[in-house]
Amino acid sequence: MNRCQFCGAPSTIHLTDIQNNAVRQMHLCERCGRERELLSEAESPQLNLTALLQVLLTEMKTAATANTTKPNYTALTCADCGLKYAKFRTAGRFGCPADYDIFREPLLPLLERIHRSVDHAGKAPRSRRLKAEVAELNDRLIAAIAAEDYTAAATLRDELRQKDTASG
Amino acid sequence: MNLDGLLPNLGEWLRGTGPDSDVVVSTRIRLARNLANYPFATRANALQKADIESRCRDAVATAEIPGGLSYLSVNGLPPLDRQFLVERQLISRELSTVLEGPRGVAFDDRESTSIMINEEDHLRLQVMRSGMALDEAWEQIDKVDDAIEAKINYAFHDQFGYLTACPTNVGTGMRASVMLHLPALGLTKEIEKLFRSLQKINLVVRGLHGEGSRATGDLYQISNQVTLGKSEAKVLQEIREVITMILDYERRARAALMKEKRQAEQDRVARAIGTLGSATMITSDETMELLSTVRLGIQLRLLDDLPATTINQLFIHTQAAHLQKIMGVSLDGEERNAARARYLRNRLRELGAAPR
Repeated sequence: MNRCQFCGAPSTIHLTDIQNNAVRQMHLCERCGRERELLSEAESPQLNLTALLQVLLTEMKTAATANTTKPNYTALTCADCGLKYAKFRTAGRFGCPADYDIFREPLLPLLERIHRSVDHAGKAPRSRRLKAEVAELNDRLIAAIAAEDYTAAATLRDELRQKDTASG
Repeated sequence: MNLDGLLPNLGEWLRGTGPDSDVVVSTRIRLARNLANYPFATRANALQKADIESRCRDAVATAEIPGGLSYLSVNGLPPLDRQFLVERQLISRELSTVLEGPRGVAFDDRESTSIMINEEDHLRLQVMRSGMALDEAWEQIDKVDDAIEAKINYAFHDQFGYLTACPTNVGTGMRASVMLHLPALGLTKEIEKLFRSLQKINLVVRGLHGEGSRATGDLYQISNQVTLGKSEAKVLQEIREVITMILDYERRARAALMKEKRQAEQDRVARAIGTLGSATMITSDETMELLSTVRLGIQLRLLDDLPATTINQLFIHTQAAHLQKIMGVSLDGEERNAARARYLRNRLRELGAAPR
């Protein structure tokens, strides 16, 4: 399947342009098509010819300046495991935990497409949970002191001390 | 460990008990976990894989898991034993035949908890429960996960959660599946429509053996697709809601079948028993289709001599590796079909199974 040249989503609009026997094809998703006003706002999609020409012309210009708009990640390589981004795109598997940070930029839209989210919700290892709880208690302690509620602050301080001994 | 010792047991997923067991065969939850500071199994070299295996093995062996688990090195097993473990749903096909190098599985006597080492991820934790038991399965696997986490450092990211080799599993690393027996919906052809609507809400429908497998014997697995951005509890709740709806559809379809086509259904069940008890050659697929009809017959009380668990036993014993272990010889395709028919004839005669 062809993907939208602008955002990588599955494309639903396909343009073929023939000039002097040179054939050029473009693929867009509905959203990008709308953003470029190729489609009218009406229910039944109708092509807007002026916008169409506009898109084709700007595309010609950007093609001439050789893909400066979209960064090229294919050569991006992880120093830890040696995986190249291009290889990840063909195999679909990461090489090591560090890849999630190395390839973060192109990964975010990918995760958005797969999961409709880029942020974990749910279980965390015990050590992380403890850290998060300590951070939350600290925030509440600062707020209590600022509000001059010293009784609450004392209770929070005791709770924090307990967490400290629990985490060793 | 001598695997033949498992033969008489049904294993947790085929126990045939548990809530809603008239439609729900089993509930399974798996968690994908990886060690921090190691390459994922897909990119680890032989040395690293051996290191990962021994670290994970130690963690699993020393973790406080109720009942205790015994470990089997899969790369050291003959192909028949590997296939046997696949049929019992203790390991994946990938771990059995696709992957290479040091890898294995640890599981308990009830075959309820199993942990694959060096599958696509370093650790694949799995809990099986008979019937509809998402909460119980989650409670159990959550504890196993905590017990192992006390022994090793998991790869965890503040934003992305538990890191996995494939970005489709990142976050919770959780895949929860419920295996359903839906013969009545299959008969009324409503099943396609149902599954199309499930895809729209991001649930996946698969056959008996997971991804890409065909639904043999009216058995379907429904599982979540999303692992990032939704908590485990939320995902389980979404699956529960959908399963409750499907159970209702299937039960209604069964009731309608009994009301409108009782005689025809009785005939179909009788013929299924007849074929199973008299064939001299039979494939695994045909066996599963016929057993599905018999299972429905038992649920609809069109047959009363057979307990439902017997069907589960016939179902597992007629699969290729089980059959060869029972017969004690290695058999090729044709021989297997003859042996399967012989086994079914004998068992059904012993059981005195006959249509009403």
